[in-house]
Amino acid sequence: MKLGLDIGSTTIKCAVLDDNNKLIYSTYQRHYSQITEKIGEILSTVKNEVDGVENATVALSGSAGMGVAESCGIDFVQEVYATRVAANTFIPGTDVVIELGGEDAKILFLSGGLEVRMNGTCAGGTGAFIDQMATLLNVPLEELDELAKKHEKTYTIASRCGVFAKTDIQPLLNQGARKADIAESIFNAVVSQTVAGLAQGREIEGQVVYLGGPLTFMSELRNCFDKTLKTKGICPENSLYYVACGAALCSSKTIDFDEVIGKVKNYKGAGNFAFNPPLFENEEEYNKFIERHNKAYVETKELKGYKGRAYIGMDSGSTTVKAVVLSENCELLYSKYMQSKGNPVELIKSFLEEVYEINPELDVASSAVTGYGEDIIKNAFSVDYGIVETIAHFTAAKHFMPDVQFVIDIGGQDIKCFKIHNGTIDNLFLNEACSSGCGSFLQTFANALGYSIEDFANKGIFAKHPVDLGSRCTVFMNSSVKQAQKDGATIEDISAGLSLSVVKNALYKVIRATSPDELGRRVVVQGGTFLNNAVLRAFEQEMGVEVVRSNIAGLMGAYGAALYSMEKVKDRENPRSSIADKAYLDNFVHTIKVTNCGLCNNNCRLTINTFSGGKKFIAGNRCERPITKKAPKNDRNIFSYKLELLSQYKPVEGRRGTIGIPMGLNMYELLPFWWRFFTELGFKVLHSPYSNRKIYQKGQQTIPSDTVCFPAKLMHGHIKWLLDEGIENIFYPCMSYNFDEGLGDNHYNCPVVAYYPEVIKNNMKGIRDINFIMPYLGIHRPKDFPKKALESLQRYFPNLTLGEVKAASKAAYKEYENYFSRLRIRGDEIINEAEQNGREIIVLSGRPYHIDPEINHGIDKLISGFNVSVVSEDVVSARAPEFHTAVLNQWTYHARLYAAANYVSTRDNMQLVQLVSFGCGVDAITTDEVREILERNNKIYTQIKIDEITNLGAVKIRIRSLLSAIGRE
Amino acid sequence: MAELKYDKNGRLLFTKEMKDEGYTILAPSMAPIHFNIVRNVFVHSGYKVEFVDTAGPEIAQTGLKYVHNDTCYPALLVIGQLIHALQSGKYDVNKTALMITQTGGGCRASNYIFLLRKALKKAGFEQVPVISLSIGMEKNPGFHLTVPLIRRVLAGLVYGDVLMLLSNQTKPYEVNKGESMSLVNEWTKRLTDEFAKGDSYRPKEIEEYLDKICESFAQIEVRKTPKVKVGVVGEIYVKYARLGNNDLEKFLADQDCEVNLPGIMGFALFKVDNRLEDIKLYGGSKAKFQVCSVLFNYLEKLEGMIIKYTKKYGFTPPGEYAHIKKLVKPVIGYGSKMGEGWLLTAEMLELAESGYENIVCAQPFGCLPNHINGKGAVRKIKELNPKANIVTIDYDPGAPKVNQENRIKLMLAVGKEELEKQNK
Repeated sequence: MKLGLDIGSTTIKCAVLDDNNKLIYSTYQRHYSQITEKIGEILSTVKNEVDGVENATVALSGSAGMGVAESCGIDFVQEVYATRVAANTFIPGTDVVIELGGEDAKILFLSGGLEVRMNGTCAGGTGAFIDQMATLLNVPLEELDELAKKHEKTYTIASRCGVFAKTDIQPLLNQGARKADIAESIFNAVVSQTVAGLAQGREIEGQVVYLGGPLTFMSELRNCFDKTLKTKGICPENSLYYVACGAALCSSKTIDFDEVIGKVKNYKGAGNFAFNPPLFENEEEYNKFIERHNKAYVETKELKGYKGRAYIGMDSGSTTVKAVVLSENCELLYSKYMQSKGNPVELIKSFLEEVYEINPELDVASSAVTGYGEDIIKNAFSVDYGIVETIAHFTAAKHFMPDVQFVIDIGGQDIKCFKIHNGTIDNLFLNEACSSGCGSFLQTFANALGYSIEDFANKGIFAKHPVDLGSRCTVFMNSSVKQAQKDGATIEDISAGLSLSVVKNALYKVIRATSPDELGRRVVVQGGTFLNNAVLRAFEQEMGVEVVRSNIAGLMGAYGAALYSMEKVKDRENPRSSIADKAYLDNFVHTIKVTNCGLCNNNCRLTINTFSGGKKFIAGNRCERPITKKAPKNDRNIFSYKLELLSQYKPVEGRRGTIGIPMGLNMYELLPFWWRFFTELGFKVLHSPYSNRKIYQKGQQTIPSDTVCFPAKLMHGHIKWLLDEGIENIFYPCMSYNFDEGLGDNHYNCPVVAYYPEVIKNNMKGIRDINFIMPYLGIHRPKDFPKKALESLQRYFPNLTLGEVKAASKAAYKEYENYFSRLRIRGDEIINEAEQNGREIIVLSGRPYHIDPEINHGIDKLISGFNVSVVSEDVVSARAPEFHTAVLNQWTYHARLYAAANYVSTRDNMQLVQLVSFGCGVDAITTDEVREILERNNKIYTQIKIDEITNLGAVKIRIRSLLSAIGRE
Repeated sequence: MAELKYDKNGRLLFTKEMKDEGYTILAPSMAPIHFNIVRNVFVHSGYKVEFVDTAGPEIAQTGLKYVHNDTCYPALLVIGQLIHALQSGKYDVNKTALMITQTGGGCRASNYIFLLRKALKKAGFEQVPVISLSIGMEKNPGFHLTVPLIRRVLAGLVYGDVLMLLSNQTKPYEVNKGESMSLVNEWTKRLTDEFAKGDSYRPKEIEEYLDKICESFAQIEVRKTPKVKVGVVGEIYVKYARLGNNDLEKFLADQDCEVNLPGIMGFALFKVDNRLEDIKLYGGSKAKFQVCSVLFNYLEKLEGMIIKYTKKYGFTPPGEYAHIKKLVKPVIGYGSKMGEGWLLTAEMLELAESGYENIVCAQPFGCLPNHINGKGAVRKIKELNPKANIVTIDYDPGAPKVNQENRIKLMLAVGKEELEKQNK
């Protein structure tokens, strides 16, 4: 008899096999992180229920079981290894095993060269991810599967990590997308993550076996895998117990049950987890703290029978919807705090109905809405004003502290903070996709540990040793929490630790502050998360300042909106709000249709909402085109012009055959150079088209590093596109160096741009059948270039001569220059036109490849939609003289950024917005430096992080806040 | 405190007065054996260098506080460690300077020194000068990397490489536990004493010492039981520094493995060779080529000694630079020079070839060159050598040790299975 235990991140599985390897006993339980207790419990039960188990050999497996196994003297078997042993035993002939667990995703290739793959440290797309998504949709897990079966469409959702996916799903929900479609999309995201992240170029074929909880319980998820892999995988009986069985099969030692149960019970971790000082020394300190914060108080008044003017403010946030009714004296007549559960329209409708029910005579003078759902709510209910969230929060904060210098709002999904300088918002920080550690984060943990958020948070208040968990994303945090528990941290310590990590995340990752003096001493904190006293205290402690938090901290956005609407009509004699009345609500109809725009390359997925009376509201669009049916004006947007310019480099028939060029990374700028070079040499130069989703997916399976930036990942698809075209030569050179533009200390490319051809060569099999030409070339040395280029090209084209290459090189350099001068001439025109007409200019800065519509997600169009002109960093970089930076200025592209920032600093009508690709290591350096250059000159720095998927809602907030800060909105 | 002087761009200089006043120069430790030996080289030249070797979670915390959180992990740790040291009260911050290496390559590492200066400013240590330990980057009137100094440092690296290699090969098998380590300590003491006197760096002396060192290790009583042999490659800091890799060497030792960490000499050769390759690939000055060749040849000579004496006493010598360079040719081009460049790939190939086919490739999370030469090359390496059993591990302040160890254990389980097959 053999016994195996599998201790996963959320569950414990136990399997007992008889001598014929038949499963005779099994159990599957959630452990709520009470791992040792559960092991003891299960072993006791097994001992009672299975005769003769005392003589069984025992082994333990699972990521959470490592330390326990060692200290109790049980053999440990690595879980992937265990799976493999089990699969080989129970289903001989298995080629590939796909196993999803609570936090792990694994693919095992059993036949044809054993390989085992586990998700890296930054990979979501696992059980925990699906859990989080179900919570977000507010459906139980089982229902998610049922929902998905009823899907009609799928959306693209980022699956890298839960936090990131949420930012995709929330806008979809707010725009009224169907839950069934979202459920299916979530499954597809998981599939895509697993396949892209783990297969890494190896084909998944043959007999596929699905294992683990999510794949066992969700048939639609299996379906999605089947569809993508074009196979029919099997989910065997006992699919949950493969790891446990594998451990059993590997076991060789018997154990003394009682002794082990005793040891497990007494198992304590080393007890040496890192911790912080307690939040409160004693009860007295706590009471004082409470007393102090009770001072910021909003009076309430009965809504029923209220006769005066009323003002309605609504904040349709990412996870919650907040709404208030204020009296003319700013008292709170009525308020509501609702979980958004996907459809803000329904919630606002029921809120208004309630208000009219309580006070049918209510005289609503004005109203305003803010938040993610601003547009749809404004349209659905004819709200008077829609305002950007930052303005709403600032308005509310001013009410409590007229000279406020800094406002920080930590909500369910977002962290928003801004500095106030001379009465206007001056510097805005929003959390980026990867660093969310907000309210929903605490919520998720509380739930996972079996507590309500309130109870859980309160536990931390008197914790003796708040665990130091650092400030990382949720996925990492899960494991750190487990580690701390193993090391003996109590629930109290963990609660306090998590509160601290929320604060640290906000301070060090989002704001990047080191001392309170940077923020100012007059601070207002708000957002639902700050209602949690532990978080509030942790913030004060960490920053060493006493802050103001009102009793309506969770409602500040709505409160601010109401105040704003009041302010707007204060001079009117008899203000009447246009907001929907009772009659309108009674006949309210809301239908949703989803369609693709198809009017341009972005092909936005549009959600068309139709309200009573045929009023329409379209969401999901980047530009006004689907509404006005007119193409947006390109003459104020250099991004469009660049694409136009590049598309002029069309293939010309040549005597020497065809050269394919993948249109990605540095090719976005060097196309003119190489096009001319090869065209002159008599080649037909064909480049892949601008990226789109399909191109990305073509190459997705061959990406070896899931943490490399998205522009690099796209390269795989472009190469595949060229291969599919049947081209016999692909040219993609390695380039350590770029042109020296005289702007910096050196002129490197970043390592990824410089050497990505190596990755293509080593990971894409298709290139072996053609000439994949990837010499190391130095265009920075025009004199040496022709000779060196000839050396490397002659291998493939022996009849090339130095004379030809020299002439072609000369033409190529000229073409490159020509491209740039045309670009700059147009850039100058845009700038001049804007200056003449008093329009603001945004220098949308990044890298040459950021003009790819699949990379920038149409952000350039979105920005120019705000009636500003858009130029790029390379248009203005030449206008600034070389200057000294505080960092080593060694990359050509990045030198342009610094130069552009320096130039923008000298112009009144220019702002700089920096696009940053997720995973770009170099930008960890440039963003700080660009910010410093701008801020030194009293300019506002705005950064937009972009990835495979980008939340345009957050981008809008940034741009609107920027424009409103400079008085342009 | 000495008078603060700045260059034309406002960089605080390390002045001669500072040197004369006996400023303590703090630098981050990396490979402990090497750095212990090298320290006295600097002391002998009049620099009161001290390598900071502190550990603990507060180091990363300090780093996170003062450095952009998306910066690579080594920068975060090294800067965190130095600022933590300045804040510890152990040093007179008005009589302390910092020193950090700077390669000038195209990866982020060349910017560590600037990030350190930014961090110092934030932490209120603007009076602390930072010395760039580099060839031809920043200059300081009080610090000169002279040829005699360089030669002594190189000698230190040779001794360090050899001691590391020998102890790695004897420690897992020694009959009397602890014998290898005490030999390492003994030799470290002897060599540092020699360095304090300014001796033992000449090629002839090195040869004599290498002979004696190897001989002494050969005398350690060993019992050769089959063990899983693991090679470790990676971004240089994470590869060697305990602080960076959560004490990977100890973990592997606890799992009963024999560990092979390719030495620093390969990296030194690689960095010099890059300058030659650059000229070959793109053209450039002949004079520069000559100068670099001289240095390159000197390094090769030193490498030859390491190989000669380890071989002489029956140890597995390190892979010869010329050989591993040849190995990597079909996989990565010689122009891939940023960070560890092609060397990292080459080391994996060499390890797999020489019996260390179980490989940990350690890198900071999001390390740019490793997308190319680490993760990006694994597939090809396995194709060339199907026995290669490689696991790539990301290190960063949030990556929990448990997950890293779990992945390594998977690699070891496969390695163990292979070992058992071989011994059947």
